[in-house]
Amino acid sequence: MDIGWFLAVSALIFTIGAAGVLTRRSPLVILLCLELMLNAANLALIAFARMHGSQEGQVFALIVMVVAACEVTIGLGIIVAVNRRRLPIDVDEMQELQG
Amino acid sequence: MGEVLFFVAGMGAVAGAIGVVIMRNPFYSVLALVSHLLSLAALFLLLRAEFIAAAQVIVYAGAVMVLYVFVVAYVGGQDEPIGPRAGAGLKAISAVFGAALFVELCIATLGSGLQLIDTPGTPVGASFGSPAEIGTLLLTKFLLSFEIASFLLLIAAVGAVVLARRRGGVSAAEEQARYSAMDVLRPASTGTMAEAVGARHTLPEATVTTTPEEAEDAPTGGRDR
Amino acid sequence: MTSLELFAWLTLLFPLAGCVALALAGRSLPGRGPGWVGTGALALSFASAVGALLALLAEDHEHRQAVAVAWDYADSVGIDAQLSLLVDPLSVFMIVVVSGVSMLIHLYSISYLDSDRGYVRFFAYLNYFVFSMLLLVLAGNFLVLIIGWAFVGAASYLLISFWYRRTTATGAGIKAFIINVLGDVGLVLGTFFIFRHVGTLDFVGAFENAREEFSRGDADLTAGLILLLVGAFAKSAQIPLHTWLPDAMEGPTPVSALIHAATMVTAGVYLIARMHPLFELAPTAAAVGAIIGCLTLLVAATIAIAVTDLKRVIAYSTMSQIGYMIMAVSAGAYAAGLFHLMTHAFFKALLFMAAGSVIAAMAGMQDLNRMGGFKRAMPFTFGCMVIGGLALAGVPPLSGFFSKDEILLLVGDRGGWHWILYAAGYLGAFLTGIYTFRMIFRAFLGEPVTEARELEQGHLHHAEAPTNPATGEVEDADVGFPGPEHQIAERESTMKLAMGALALLAIVGGALQIPHATHVIHDFLEPTFADSTHYASKPSKAHINRGLVIGTLVALAGIAIAYLVWVKRPQLATAARARLAPVHRLLVNKWYFDELIDALVTRPAQWFGAWAQQTFERVFVNGLLVGGTTGVVRVGSSAVRAAQTGFLRYYALLIVVGMVALAFYFLLAT
Repeated sequence: MDIGWFLAVSALIFTIGAAGVLTRRSPLVILLCLELMLNAANLALIAFARMHGSQEGQVFALIVMVVAACEVTIGLGIIVAVNRRRLPIDVDEMQELQG
Repeated sequence: MGEVLFFVAGMGAVAGAIGVVIMRNPFYSVLALVSHLLSLAALFLLLRAEFIAAAQVIVYAGAVMVLYVFVVAYVGGQDEPIGPRAGAGLKAISAVFGAALFVELCIATLGSGLQLIDTPGTPVGASFGSPAEIGTLLLTKFLLSFEIASFLLLIAAVGAVVLARRRGGVSAAEEQARYSAMDVLRPASTGTMAEAVGARHTLPEATVTTTPEEAEDAPTGGRDR
Repeated sequence: MTSLELFAWLTLLFPLAGCVALALAGRSLPGRGPGWVGTGALALSFASAVGALLALLAEDHEHRQAVAVAWDYADSVGIDAQLSLLVDPLSVFMIVVVSGVSMLIHLYSISYLDSDRGYVRFFAYLNYFVFSMLLLVLAGNFLVLIIGWAFVGAASYLLISFWYRRTTATGAGIKAFIINVLGDVGLVLGTFFIFRHVGTLDFVGAFENAREEFSRGDADLTAGLILLLVGAFAKSAQIPLHTWLPDAMEGPTPVSALIHAATMVTAGVYLIARMHPLFELAPTAAAVGAIIGCLTLLVAATIAIAVTDLKRVIAYSTMSQIGYMIMAVSAGAYAAGLFHLMTHAFFKALLFMAAGSVIAAMAGMQDLNRMGGFKRAMPFTFGCMVIGGLALAGVPPLSGFFSKDEILLLVGDRGGWHWILYAAGYLGAFLTGIYTFRMIFRAFLGEPVTEARELEQGHLHHAEAPTNPATGEVEDADVGFPGPEHQIAERESTMKLAMGALALLAIVGGALQIPHATHVIHDFLEPTFADSTHYASKPSKAHINRGLVIGTLVALAGIAIAYLVWVKRPQLATAARARLAPVHRLLVNKWYFDELIDALVTRPAQWFGAWAQQTFERVFVNGLLVGGTTGVVRVGSSAVRAAQTGFLRYYALLIVVGMVALAFYFLLAT
């Protein structure tokens, strides 16, 4: 398949992920959508790596995966802590940063 | 043959993505993401990234998603709270901007004038994407990133442990059995911006402790304002 | 530096040195030491002044002028500002008179203010005052004149409110200072008017240029000179800027003697005399000066008949006599006006000193109604007062007669409308005789009051509780000043010495300028006034003799009437007061000038201040400007704050929006 197809798929997944981040209210699902976006970026990276014939893109994607894993860990940790506080798991409720 | 595989995997990925976004129950979203990840692994394979595809399945779909499943199980797969908070206009705008984003990305990538877009890519050798090659790169050219990534993982692990710690005194008002020294030493404010601005004058639910670590990690949401 | 210049500098520097020495180290001197230091400085100053006089006389006629420059202050934008002194007959005359009389007054104060807690401060201030006055008189350019003028005003303020615990004293000091500042403004503005045309601040240069620059009756010159006259009137207490002088009697008696009789109030006279080339080019301004002088002369004399405070009678008399001098120098009778300045310094200082002695005998009381019969208890004081009174009234052969007569002579000689001034002058002389001897007869003749009786037995009356002589309120005795002890002339040799010297001068001083016979002053001052058109005018013998006779008669008539009303038939006084009650009220209220100034100036100023604070400040500045800008900032920041909703998803949306926009921009840019 031409590389362009993969890139189009990547763009579509990224957009869906972004829409999900903006729309959903549960932080768990928001994190999932963030994962979607990261994966879409990974796909683009791999596609370009294939395009150029270099493996650097793949290494990049590997590191991105590491970062995603760390971020998920912390994000879920926060959600767990919030949940322990008996607070509603709802991003709209967490408004302390309001100016 | 490759095209068929591509379309199957591609549709699976997109379907999984849409499923993540649409499903009400977060558990179902997690499952949708898992299927999405597996489809993505198939796409990686098509792009001659074997090691990455394996890593995706083992690490991402295997470990990270399992963690997700655990957390969803613990936190509770409560359905999305109903009730428009800031939802209504947000959905419409999100859709618009999402579409715009998609269009732009397509233009950016496909209309960019890269010559090799319309080809399957440069011809590569047989060991392209093999673990040996990736490993060589990781230990030579990208050694610094490799080491920093491992450092990052360490920090994340420590952070997770810290976050997950259960400290004494965390309880709702009706559950507080005894006072601890922390009750006396508790700071008068948590330093949130709302308190600084004057929207809130005291701790929310004054008996809830805010030990320093928890204070800076967890936003103390509140119902009253 | 010639000896003339040297003497001029020394005359100036000795009082300054005295002031600084007293200010820094005066407290370490025991007893009356500071007084002697101050007097010594003045004595040295007087000696230098006499030296300058001799040096000047040693020069021949043409060269009797020296300009001594110390340094340049600034020499830019066309202003030549130097510290320069002009030493010519006029200034030497003034410094001799000023330093001589000041020295005698210092001598008097050594004992008068003994036991006052502010003894050192007094002498320091007094020395500073003499320094300022000498600076003013020796000034060689407008700048130093203005500096001296301002210093004198400051010294006057310091000395009037010397007993600063009294609110009446501080109020009087402030009043004097404000009116003086008004005069300062006039002086500086007038200087600018003149400088604009003559282009130099230096006197010699300015007068030379003036003759070319200004045509006769030039409007700019007239305006500038009238502004200078405002300054002169403020300093010399002429109408309408005279209201500070009676209140200035709050200061100690030596201060009244020095500042408000002999020196500061004569600064205006000096100013007009010094500016005579300009005044002769602007007859309108000169006429203004003469008219105001004449007016003051009459008004002050009428008020003096009615007031009951001893020092205030003498103060109004001063105002009246200064009116004579101003009238004289405005009308061109320079030598006569300055001669009267000198004799007036002698007899007025003498009168004040004697009054001080009487007040001391009354333990600080100044009310004429409570005095009487001191003749037997205080013979020396009585004698001095009579001598001073005769000189003031203008009885021959005392000095006051000759000087006043000379003025009226020359003023009448000008002809034209000056005859009115001539007649008014004699009317004023008549009134002078009346009020002077009213004061003397009431204080010294008649039944002795308790204080006088005590004094006859040798016991000086001591007040139980110190009271403010003006308001009668009891003061705090712990303040320390005025001193609890009072000194009278009969007991203090320094006071006797000073008063005696002045009495002698008051008697024989007239010999300097007897009509038909001597004209020492006239000749001496000639080099300064050589360019004057009026200086050389000689009145006719008939006119002179007529003046002499009228003057004598008028003075004696005044004394006779005073004797009649206040000694022989006292009931006449009360009857007259009852019959002429409105007139009496007008006079006692000082022709309502204070009320007039209050209504015209003070009330509007207060109203404006109140309006500015309540309306302008509160609404406009605080509300609009300050509140407006802060309001704008607050509104802006609240608008910006609206973006900080706290909703996570809004922030995410913003990120996406920003990303889209950026990508869009880059897509378009390529």
